Amino acid sequence: MIERDRGGRFFAHLLLIVGVLIVAFPIYYTFIASTQTIQTILRPPLPLTPGGEFAENYGQALFGGVGRIGGVDVGTLLFNTSVMALGIALGKIAISLLSAFAIVFFRFPFRMFFFWMIFVTLMLPVEVRILPTYKVMVDLGLIDTYAGLILPLVASATATLLFRQFFMTIPSELVEAARIDGAGPMKFFRDILIPLSRTNIAALFVILFIYGWTQYLWPLLVTNDNRMNTIVIALKKMVSFADADTPWNLVMVTAILAIVPPVLVVVLMQRWFVRGLVESEK
Amino acid sequence: MPKAAFPNKLLPYLLLAPQVLVTLVFFYWPASQALYQSVLKEDAFGLKTEFVGLANFSAILSNPNYLSSLQTTLIFSISTALLAMAPALLLATAAEKVVRGKGFYRTLMIWPYAVAPAVAGLLWLFMFNPTMGTFAYMLRAAGVPWDPLLNGDQAMLLVVVAAAWKQISYNFLFFVAALQSIPRSLVEAAAIDGAGSTKRFWTIVFPLIAPTSFFLLVVNTVYAFFDTFGIIDAVTAGGPARATETLVYKVYIDGFVNLDLGGSAAQSVILMAIVIALTAIQFRYVERKVHYA
Amino acid sequence: MAAIELSEVRKVYAGGVEAVKGVSLTIPDGAFCVLVGPSGCGKSTLLRMVAGLEGISGGTVRIGGRVVNDLEPASRDIAMVFQNYALYPHMTVRQNLEYGLKNRKTPKEEIARRVEEAARILEIGQYLDRRPGQLSGGQRQRVAMGRAIVREPAAFLFDEPLSNLDAKLRVTMRAEIRRLQRRLKTTSLYVTHDQLEAMTLADQLVVLNAGRIEQAGSPMAIYEKPASLFVATFIGSPAMNLVPLDGPGASPLATLAGPGRGRQVLGIRPEHMRLLDGGAGVRADEIVLDLVVSGVEVVGAESYVTGRLAHGGPELAVRVPGYSHLEPGAAVKAAAPLGAFHRFDAESGRRLELA
Repeated sequence: MIERDRGGRFFAHLLLIVGVLIVAFPIYYTFIASTQTIQTILRPPLPLTPGGEFAENYGQALFGGVGRIGGVDVGTLLFNTSVMALGIALGKIAISLLSAFAIVFFRFPFRMFFFWMIFVTLMLPVEVRILPTYKVMVDLGLIDTYAGLILPLVASATATLLFRQFFMTIPSELVEAARIDGAGPMKFFRDILIPLSRTNIAALFVILFIYGWTQYLWPLLVTNDNRMNTIVIALKKMVSFADADTPWNLVMVTAILAIVPPVLVVVLMQRWFVRGLVESEK
Repeated sequence: MPKAAFPNKLLPYLLLAPQVLVTLVFFYWPASQALYQSVLKEDAFGLKTEFVGLANFSAILSNPNYLSSLQTTLIFSISTALLAMAPALLLATAAEKVVRGKGFYRTLMIWPYAVAPAVAGLLWLFMFNPTMGTFAYMLRAAGVPWDPLLNGDQAMLLVVVAAAWKQISYNFLFFVAALQSIPRSLVEAAAIDGAGSTKRFWTIVFPLIAPTSFFLLVVNTVYAFFDTFGIIDAVTAGGPARATETLVYKVYIDGFVNLDLGGSAAQSVILMAIVIALTAIQFRYVERKVHYA
Repeated sequence: MAAIELSEVRKVYAGGVEAVKGVSLTIPDGAFCVLVGPSGCGKSTLLRMVAGLEGISGGTVRIGGRVVNDLEPASRDIAMVFQNYALYPHMTVRQNLEYGLKNRKTPKEEIARRVEEAARILEIGQYLDRRPGQLSGGQRQRVAMGRAIVREPAAFLFDEPLSNLDAKLRVTMRAEIRRLQRRLKTTSLYVTHDQLEAMTLADQLVVLNAGRIEQAGSPMAIYEKPASLFVATFIGSPAMNLVPLDGPGASPLATLAGPGRGRQVLGIRPEHMRLLDGGAGVRADEIVLDLVVSGVEVVGAESYVTGRLAHGGPELAVRVPGYSHLEPGAAVKAAAPLGAFHRFDAESGRRLELA
């Protein structure tokens, strides 16, 4: 930091390399396993380098179907999970943009009432109200539907609060200039507010996509049909340590495929991700 | 001057409608159901329902299983929070020291955040399960009687490690941000005052990132309470012998497996109270952060 | 081209606060009218009511003879320049200029022609493809004016457009705004709290105080005959010297009192007084005052010597050409022409004219 501390810097690198190895190792280990035959996997210790079954295992999992989860192929699972993650991310962003726009740029009776009504939902994660929410889904006939996977998780205040906070930093003169320039509210929303919110939208998208992709309890409850499962749920269903016929090679492939898309999103959109993470907690 | 506003009367309600609708149907309705059911007793077939007041609550709070689950949750949460924070702080401090490769380390460090909790649990289980895990094999070869599927303490250790692993990314990013926000001049002043590097850390840096640490402690506790359902379910399913049955897991088991609706609802209500308390603590912290800034 | 007419315009906020208390004012076609006053006097509110950004609680606003009370800002045929420029940060300069025209469905060729023209007048041609964030304060100010010009509106509204610029740029831009307005001959309403800006820009100067017009007229008319104590002290820098006639040290001035019985305040501007060398050279129409120097402020080309008429009396500033070497405590004599004094009623603050 201050002195030209070469030894300290070397030690820091060493520490970071060890840290990165530990942090990344479980993923690497699973990747190795996903390229081995089932026999190799079942005979520890696992080799430290990839085996030769990459194409075979991945092809089988993606297109061939996996017996333990009703012959559904991982491609279908990836599709379901993508629909869910994108639906949650885009749905939340859309309804939050609209509601934050209403709360910040309009004056109307019960404005604060609505604000608080939305704000309170910040406090309660789905996990603590699962049973009644499940009953609602049954009553509405939303079991085994994409709507059922997505809608209950769209009801949260985080995105609305974030957009509200951002909108409040927009100078009122900008609104006034737009009004004088002949832009009505929706034109202002489309031409000025949305473009100005781009980075916030991107940041939130990453966070919400991950949130949607990694859901567990909710998809577990609202999907009975194997073909509606998300990849995380299907993975859990495939694994059984008691049964001898668990297709471990395919389990490992599925695990890797469950990890790769969200990791790619996080790594490729790193700048927005870090920003979104730090800001959404303020 | 008040914030500029559009004069439309009806439009704001239309804009709010989607979120309000979704919130009412999927939040307020179920939440009020939970409150309502928490004071009812229903038999397992749903044929008879009677009002029992706070009986469900008193039954839960005097149930040894519930109390031990509470204890399990506390042990799990605190261990997870500490195990997720300490290495993250160490690594963040190291990342602050290095000049080159900061971005590289960060990129590799944030992967676990994107891994679903259930999958994270499975990854660790792959490495440590007694039948095929390489590390389980090594532990046994070293003479350690390792079997997390039978030994409750080992099961707890495994879920704690998996849960903490996933959270390191998050803590790392926040600690890096906090360390970066410390004015250089402060650290330099301390160096001029003759404080060595270790002393500087404990007397200057650590107090300045204390608010962040406290914030992370709350966030990690909330995470361990609620977001680790997947890990528990995938790794231990609450076992062996309820050794890893956390409160959230118990709500699920009692509601969906044991079909004790009133009891499950009452547990939900208690959990809601805990969340509200934790959120309140977090907000007080946010207010205080303003003064630190 | 259009006149702006306000009649008995009032603004009452929801909480009952009356920000504008009945203002009537006519700005002739092509005139440059400046509203000046301290913060909170209602000048911005008044401007925003003309723009349509604030509701009008009472009275009528006409632009070009048309009552605009209930029209949207966009339908009032006005353009506005804001204090913080309010440029759309995500659009290029060209897009900023075009936005209002596009919303009005102006033909493409016409938009291009007007943008071209505005860019030429304001010399911002080379910035057209940049974003506002890449421009300096002065350049942004020009773009903000360009956005107003391209609209070719009936009136320009300026809301303290120069406050965010540094002192030097402010002087340049002030001259530029004036030149531009002369050239385009567009009726303009300009709000500022800076009396110097107001004096130099206005054809018609309106001094507002507490939601009412204190005085309206040409800048020099107001400067020479301030209608009230408020105007007298607000317009002119340093401010007009005031001496309450019943206060300490005022006895030498008692003969200057105007008609009427009430308590009076005399006013004299620093530049109308001069220091006497010794006591010689007093003209017949002058009155001589004894001052004890309390401070000297050297501005460069001139100095302001402040002194007291008597112990505990009011402090008077006297403009002195060049550099003054006087020390605090020195006794000096100052002369002032009898005709340069202003008289005000101490109770109402209104100006008193000699019969």
